[in-house]
Amino acid sequence: MLVEYSSELLIEVDCVSKSFGSYLAVDSVSFSVPRGQIFGLLGPNGAGKTTIVKILTTLLSPDSGRATVAGLDVVKEPRRLRSRIGLAGQYAAVDENLTGRENLDLVGRLYHLPKKLVRSRSAELLNDFDLTGAADRVAKGYSGGMRRRLDLAAALIAEPVVLFLDEPTTGLDPRSRNDLWEVLERLAAMGSTILLTTQYLEEADRLAQNLAVIDSGKVIAMGTPSELKSLVGSSVLEVALEDASRHDEAAIVLSAIALDPNKVEIVAGRIRMAIRERSGIVADVVRLLDQSGLPVAEVAVMKPTLDDAFLSLVGHGTKGGSYD
Amino acid sequence: MTEQLSKINAGDVYHVVDAGVIGQLRHAFSDAMAMTRRNLLRYLRIPDLLVFSTIQPVIFLVLFTYVFGGAVKGLHTSYIDFLIPGIVIQTVAFGSTQTGVGLAEDMGKGLIERFRSLPMARSAVMAGRTIADSARNLAVIFLMIAVGYLIGFRFHNGILPALFSIVLAVLFGFALSWISAFTGLAAKNVEGAQVASFIWIFPLTFASAAFVPVNTMPGWLQGFVKVNPITNAVDALRALSLGGPTARYVLYTLLWTVGLIAVFAPLAVGRYKTKT
Repeated sequence: MLVEYSSELLIEVDCVSKSFGSYLAVDSVSFSVPRGQIFGLLGPNGAGKTTIVKILTTLLSPDSGRATVAGLDVVKEPRRLRSRIGLAGQYAAVDENLTGRENLDLVGRLYHLPKKLVRSRSAELLNDFDLTGAADRVAKGYSGGMRRRLDLAAALIAEPVVLFLDEPTTGLDPRSRNDLWEVLERLAAMGSTILLTTQYLEEADRLAQNLAVIDSGKVIAMGTPSELKSLVGSSVLEVALEDASRHDEAAIVLSAIALDPNKVEIVAGRIRMAIRERSGIVADVVRLLDQSGLPVAEVAVMKPTLDDAFLSLVGHGTKGGSYD
Repeated sequence: MTEQLSKINAGDVYHVVDAGVIGQLRHAFSDAMAMTRRNLLRYLRIPDLLVFSTIQPVIFLVLFTYVFGGAVKGLHTSYIDFLIPGIVIQTVAFGSTQTGVGLAEDMGKGLIERFRSLPMARSAVMAGRTIADSARNLAVIFLMIAVGYLIGFRFHNGILPALFSIVLAVLFGFALSWISAFTGLAAKNVEGAQVASFIWIFPLTFASAAFVPVNTMPGWLQGFVKVNPITNAVDALRALSLGGPTARYVLYTLLWTVGLIAVFAPLAVGRYKTKT
């Protein structure tokens, strides 16, 4: 891993395990998250992501191992820990019979914030999350996206040191999902420390600076999204010449930069090969072929997706890329 | 000072940590009040709920008075004077089922999970329910007594015993709410919570002295009816509103109230703590 832990660690998880009866939901999981980072737990349904979040937010106690959040032990100091975190769980936990503002006021009071502060924070968050117009309407009439935003605002009311988001966009339509992503990106830009679980690769790729891939309760890979992608290895170079009849000649020239010179294929009117990606590669390819008198019509470099990485790691898929 | 601002780092200045027992108690109280307010707002926001919880007991009152009133013989008072204490206790008993149902509903919507992740007192979620349901009981009891007055009910024992009988009924209902809180948190869903409450509320309420004199029942049932805490509470209210010896009934009812809370409040809080 190329992550620099120069700053303070706000989440430290050390060999944490948890079983339900004979079912091992979390199997000696370890990871840490420095201040100001968005850390993603990526994995399919039932991988143990939610159990990890529940342990870190004191809703469940671990069977073994140690975990601290904001320097506080999850088992020894649960109450102090709770005053420093915000949780937006899998359900949008809003009280449908209260207005948006009343929801935020209630949560603010339960964090024991001074009344005045609750009022100003509520107004601020309602504005930030584009809920001012609906603030005094009962939440029963809110759309799914509005509920999620209100839920997130409630989790943020006490300016938590660490924010936990358990599948924040599950069940949202693509537009609301995109809106929520923008909100989360704004939080990230402000230097928030966030632990995010997701089963969407696109979401992890877009939001998280570091990822742990979880499957069957175990961490099976860790790193930045691009590191995880490079675990599956190479990028793919595709070239088409202006004169397609000379593709065989070009293939010989290009084999000099191929990862495996014996694996340069001509597929569907294009030369196709695995390369090690680096900056300037496209220019190099064009120059190389030009020098051999082979004018280029098209060059494309395709990076592996996190989907590819995930499939090769887990051996079975998640809901990547496309949404229903 | 019972509070201190813990400044661990920037952005962390809002977090007030309660220090000591007094601070914790103060928070437990303010948390319970915040939750009570939230639960009472629910009655204002769902008019159906308000209508159901007020009209239903009044319908019971009127029906029982005119349907059973003529058939019940051998009373020293009018049937309505006999019935009101019984139906008041029935109302708080049935009303207590709402505590468990409300908690099961919160659980289903993920609200309990949110509350459990907050630094609030562990007791506040249940206390907020039981207190709000007691406040509703108080309002419904006043309504029933008002309707009762219109169809002939009278307190025969003075104003103070009358007021005390209302307080006693609310306290008794508060105790029953804690049983309901426990069974509601143990239930898997709202329907389960409903069944879990009614399964003991129904027999307990009807196999009591609430609606008919105990001496009209078969001997084997009289044994149960006499030890039934509902009978005790009804007898206490009757003594307070009609006159006669009160001390023993009131004392027993208070003991039941304290005993039920002492057993079921810790059980409910324990359930809540471990609920996932």
